[in-house]
Amino acid sequence: MSRAGAQTLIFDNPPAIAAHISYAGPKEGQGPLSEWFDVVLADDLLGQKSWELAESEMVRRAVEQALKTAGITAESVQAMLGGDLNNQIIASSFAARTLGIPFLGLYGACSTFIQATLLGASLISGGYLDNAVCVASSHYCTAERQFRFPVELGNQRPPQASWTTTACGCSLLTANAAPGALKVVSGTLGKVIDLQIKDANHMGAAMAPAVCSTIEAHLAETGRTADDYDLIATGDLGWIGRNILMELFHHDNVGMPDEKLVDCGASIFYQEQDTHAGGSGCGCVASVSCGWLMKRIERGELHRVLIAGSGAMLSPTSCQQGETIPGISYAVCIEGGAE
Amino acid sequence: MTQGNMQPEEYSKLVSKMTPHSRHVRGCFRAFWVGGVICMLGQALNALGETLNLCETAGPMFTSTVLIFLGTTLTGLGIYDRIGKYAGCGSIVPITGFANSVAAPALEYRREGIVMGIGAKLFTLAGPVLVYGISTSIGIGVIYWAVRGWLM
Amino acid sequence: MSELLIYGKAFLVGGLICVIGQILMQTTKLTSARILVLFVVSGAILTGLGIYKPLVDFAGAGATVPLTGFGYSLAMGAIEGVNKYGLIGALCGGVTKTAAGISAAVLFGLLNALIFKPHAKP
Repeated sequence: MSRAGAQTLIFDNPPAIAAHISYAGPKEGQGPLSEWFDVVLADDLLGQKSWELAESEMVRRAVEQALKTAGITAESVQAMLGGDLNNQIIASSFAARTLGIPFLGLYGACSTFIQATLLGASLISGGYLDNAVCVASSHYCTAERQFRFPVELGNQRPPQASWTTTACGCSLLTANAAPGALKVVSGTLGKVIDLQIKDANHMGAAMAPAVCSTIEAHLAETGRTADDYDLIATGDLGWIGRNILMELFHHDNVGMPDEKLVDCGASIFYQEQDTHAGGSGCGCVASVSCGWLMKRIERGELHRVLIAGSGAMLSPTSCQQGETIPGISYAVCIEGGAE
Repeated sequence: MTQGNMQPEEYSKLVSKMTPHSRHVRGCFRAFWVGGVICMLGQALNALGETLNLCETAGPMFTSTVLIFLGTTLTGLGIYDRIGKYAGCGSIVPITGFANSVAAPALEYRREGIVMGIGAKLFTLAGPVLVYGISTSIGIGVIYWAVRGWLM
Repeated sequence: MSELLIYGKAFLVGGLICVIGQILMQTTKLTSARILVLFVVSGAILTGLGIYKPLVDFAGAGATVPLTGFGYSLAMGAIEGVNKYGLIGALCGGVTKTAAGISAAVLFGLLNALIFKPHAKP
């Protein structure tokens, strides 16, 4: 285990991604990435009596499917790292209750999946675990009532507002890799950055400086440039936030070719789907990473991808009290097995 | 590298430059015609009240009751939020919008129970309207009481 | 003709009041809840100043159906209450006049929540 600079961890024994599963809700299933998801749900409730339980059920199914794909049982999994947007992360912890896997509950807002991957990879690379399942989820209906308004309230969303995705992504990390498996080779911790955005509808603007900071730290500490990556994916800035991020790189004189930078929130929906700024929520970066990005690496279309998940550190209380919205971003570098 | 080199003031300018604005004219046009239609519906209900021989007090009560019924029912059917998405204040400002703001949280929180769910959440959004509306009317009544003799 | 005219006036005035709200919502950071409060309070104050009553006489439902009309009813009720009962009328008048609307909102809101389920958005 070694470090590069102040924030970046280099995994000497890079953990492999033995399985990755992505779930998407009905609306997400109509988006441009629909064929990349493993499961597109037909309804939002999954036969449960509340949306919170539905989200938890989605997490449970995704984890079980990932374990099945890898051919191992829940008993042999040593840790489950995950989180969601609900108060006290009940979707993940309720799923962990059913699964019976030792659980580390995490909260990194929409960056939770990358946070989980970073921690899971560290624990495995450090020799503490043989395997770990990393998962994050979000549900439009649970998030909307918690952070905004009841879903049936007839009000308008401004153009910069994002749409919380109903989605879940789950990956199983293992110490012993099958040949050719994807590997988590490095990760960069993020600082909480606040450029004093107060508009709770403008998550992209609140988070872009944090993403900028983490990606710049990763590039500087690993001595690489954007050209060393086939793709740099950011988590949930949306169309507007992505453009702001490009401006920030330009301002800091960091070379970032336009075609290298994709945003998960801007990729998951068509603009015609009327989500305004794009998708957000823990499930967005999780499902896009586990579906689109990891599958493309497996197919050999991409070799080295940096995924920078981003989260907005706000609560309804902090917003009502007029506080600004700080952002956080974690990045992990994933490489394909074939050299 | 902590905050990049950008300062909050400069960033704020960048964000407002990059953020598209709502389409004002289109939004106002939609609010205008939908709001106008709801008011015409109210006028029709006033006329209906007259044909039913409702008195001067009962007539407006009839109209607001029917409109509130429509607002809550369309909320329950999942239609009002679509109207609201299209019309904005055109369906927020009329009394049907008030009904929607009562019905939506009640519906949303029913899974938290009859008492602390529906009962407590019914007025989460509409409560402030009553609090400040009623308080203002009391203030006006008191002022009117104080200056009444002087007015006459 | 006069029948049609009153509908035209209701449409015009009601629509314009909604447009004021829309402009406020688009140009300021006011949420819909704040706009509703603002409209009720300004309706009541305009009534107290004697400005809103002429608008109601002119436009009928165009002025009473928007939330400013709720403020109008509250303020008119308080004034009528004072005329009838003196100072205590300021406390009971507003709610008395709007009691049907408030009770209807409670009843229909409650029944609605018992009957329907919230829908996920497409």
